[in-house]
Amino acid sequence: MAAIAQSGFREPNLLMKMASRPTAMAGLLIIIAMIVLALLAPVISPYDPAQLAVRNRLQPPSWQHLFGTDDLGRDVFTRVLYSGRTSITVGFAVVIFASIIGVFLGLMAGFFRRLDAPVSRLIDAMMAFPDILLAIALVAALGASATNVVIALGVVYAPRLARVVRASTLVIRELPYVEAARALGVPTPVILVRHVLRNLTSPLLVQATFIFANAILAEAGLSFLGVGISPDIPTWGTMISVGRQYLDQAPWIMWFPGGAIIITVLSLQLVGDGLRDFLDPRLAKDV
Amino acid sequence: MTQPMDETPLLSVRGLTKHFVGRNGRTVHAVEDVSFDIRRGTTVGLVGESGSGKTTAGRSILRLVEPSGGQAIFDGTDIFALNPREMKDWRKRLQIVFQDPYSSLNPRMRIDAIIGEALDARGYPRGAKRRERIAELLTLVGLPPEYSRRFPHEFSGGQRQRIGIARALAVEPDFIVADEPVSALDVSVQAQVLNLLGDLQQKLGLTMLFIAHDLSVVEYLCDEVVVMYLGRVMERGPSRQVYAQPRHPYTKALLATAPVPDPTRKRTHVPLQGDIPSPINPPSGCVFRTRCPVAIDACAQTIPPVDHIGGNHHVACIRHGEL
Repeated sequence: MAAIAQSGFREPNLLMKMASRPTAMAGLLIIIAMIVLALLAPVISPYDPAQLAVRNRLQPPSWQHLFGTDDLGRDVFTRVLYSGRTSITVGFAVVIFASIIGVFLGLMAGFFRRLDAPVSRLIDAMMAFPDILLAIALVAALGASATNVVIALGVVYAPRLARVVRASTLVIRELPYVEAARALGVPTPVILVRHVLRNLTSPLLVQATFIFANAILAEAGLSFLGVGISPDIPTWGTMISVGRQYLDQAPWIMWFPGGAIIITVLSLQLVGDGLRDFLDPRLAKDV
Repeated sequence: MTQPMDETPLLSVRGLTKHFVGRNGRTVHAVEDVSFDIRRGTTVGLVGESGSGKTTAGRSILRLVEPSGGQAIFDGTDIFALNPREMKDWRKRLQIVFQDPYSSLNPRMRIDAIIGEALDARGYPRGAKRRERIAELLTLVGLPPEYSRRFPHEFSGGQRQRIGIARALAVEPDFIVADEPVSALDVSVQAQVLNLLGDLQQKLGLTMLFIAHDLSVVEYLCDEVVVMYLGRVMERGPSRQVYAQPRHPYTKALLATAPVPDPTRKRTHVPLQGDIPSPINPPSGCVFRTRCPVAIDACAQTIPPVDHIGGNHHVACIRHGEL
């Protein structure tokens, strides 16, 4: 027993665990690559994403234009990179916004018995709506803008997080270390953050990864349907929406943003799967 | 065993009752009309099988579960009558050591943070003095102070239990509920932790309620013993007296089933048959009568009063006089 304590044994960290799972690790590397490409867009591409060159319109992929050009002669490769900035940023913002609402609701429902029934019913009601439909309704009500898309999707995905948080909170609430804190007279908000929230970061992280993937897909869907971010900001969804009209003449306008969505979402799902395998409290040995 | 320092009890529990109302409207009678006293500087053992309500009784006294009725006069104040805010100020005087050393420490907090949280509760200032205090507490429970930056998973069960004890002691409590503190530990480690508790109790003048299902542990550590069955007190009194002359058939049965390190000793008693009845629907009259070897019809009629039979010895059995 003392040997364990004295050897300074440490549990393998997240990255080491990820490395043992090639698919999750591949997903993570691709995500990082996508983010780096999006960030370095101005360095990588010599073109301006909004630069019109009508004489160059509908050019197939070439060394000049790796992914070809679109109906207004803009470089598709450049636009895919810049769109990645919007799509990934919106996805991430949705995760943050949904987490704030979801964690709050979940903690309240899970920790305070009296709030459980009303909050849980609210969550159920929200989840009864189809995701995209609810998002469209919210964006329609709020007006189409990047901020409102984030708010709408955040509201759509918050109930999922709230459920996960509530379920874990119900378990953690009964653990002796929470009771010990109560016996010491630690204020309830401190117990909620220090003892409950800190011990549900694992399921939260897993769920957040999946919501990240879903949010990118949903944002593309909204933009495709024309109820998302304004068309002059390039996103993968708007690119596909435009490309659809030229599908038979210039299919590359649609292929490449579509491919970018597939790769990003798939990679995030792989990361989420990997994380769930070793972080989910029902499978993990601690918690 | 320590000599009593003061005759007025530090804690008087009177008529403690805890009912849990289930979703289907049925009531679980977890603790029913439990009374006992704990004198300053002494240890009282609370024993009984699983399901006897001993843990619920211990937690109710600290109001970790809200009692349904009764009083707990702690140092002159009925702590059951305090509102939650007033109770917060009293909490540092009453602490608890948990049964499971694994789930009683937050896995994400380092040892100094776990003990530090207890120091915060006392309003202990931050800085070098605080680190000294943490080191002092770790030394007190027999752990090297260098361990303070480690996480709970780096320790064994016995070491974790020591950390749990250090956390409880950090607020300098007068009274500690030890809820089966060694039953989750290896036998080889149990004695170490028990000795630690005994030493600390003497050194710090602690008053302790020691909850256990193991009678030999209680005999070793406790001045007085309270035997519970299905939420009620069956017998209570000075350990020596209860162990030498158990008066309640349940206590007799418990003592008879306790292992004695003597292979030549013959079993004098039939061990208890069957399981403890459901606390949702406890037997009428004496709750023990369904498993009692000497039960008579009258046992089903009235709940036996807790009779005083000399010294501090009390027993709740209508036949204690004749048997």
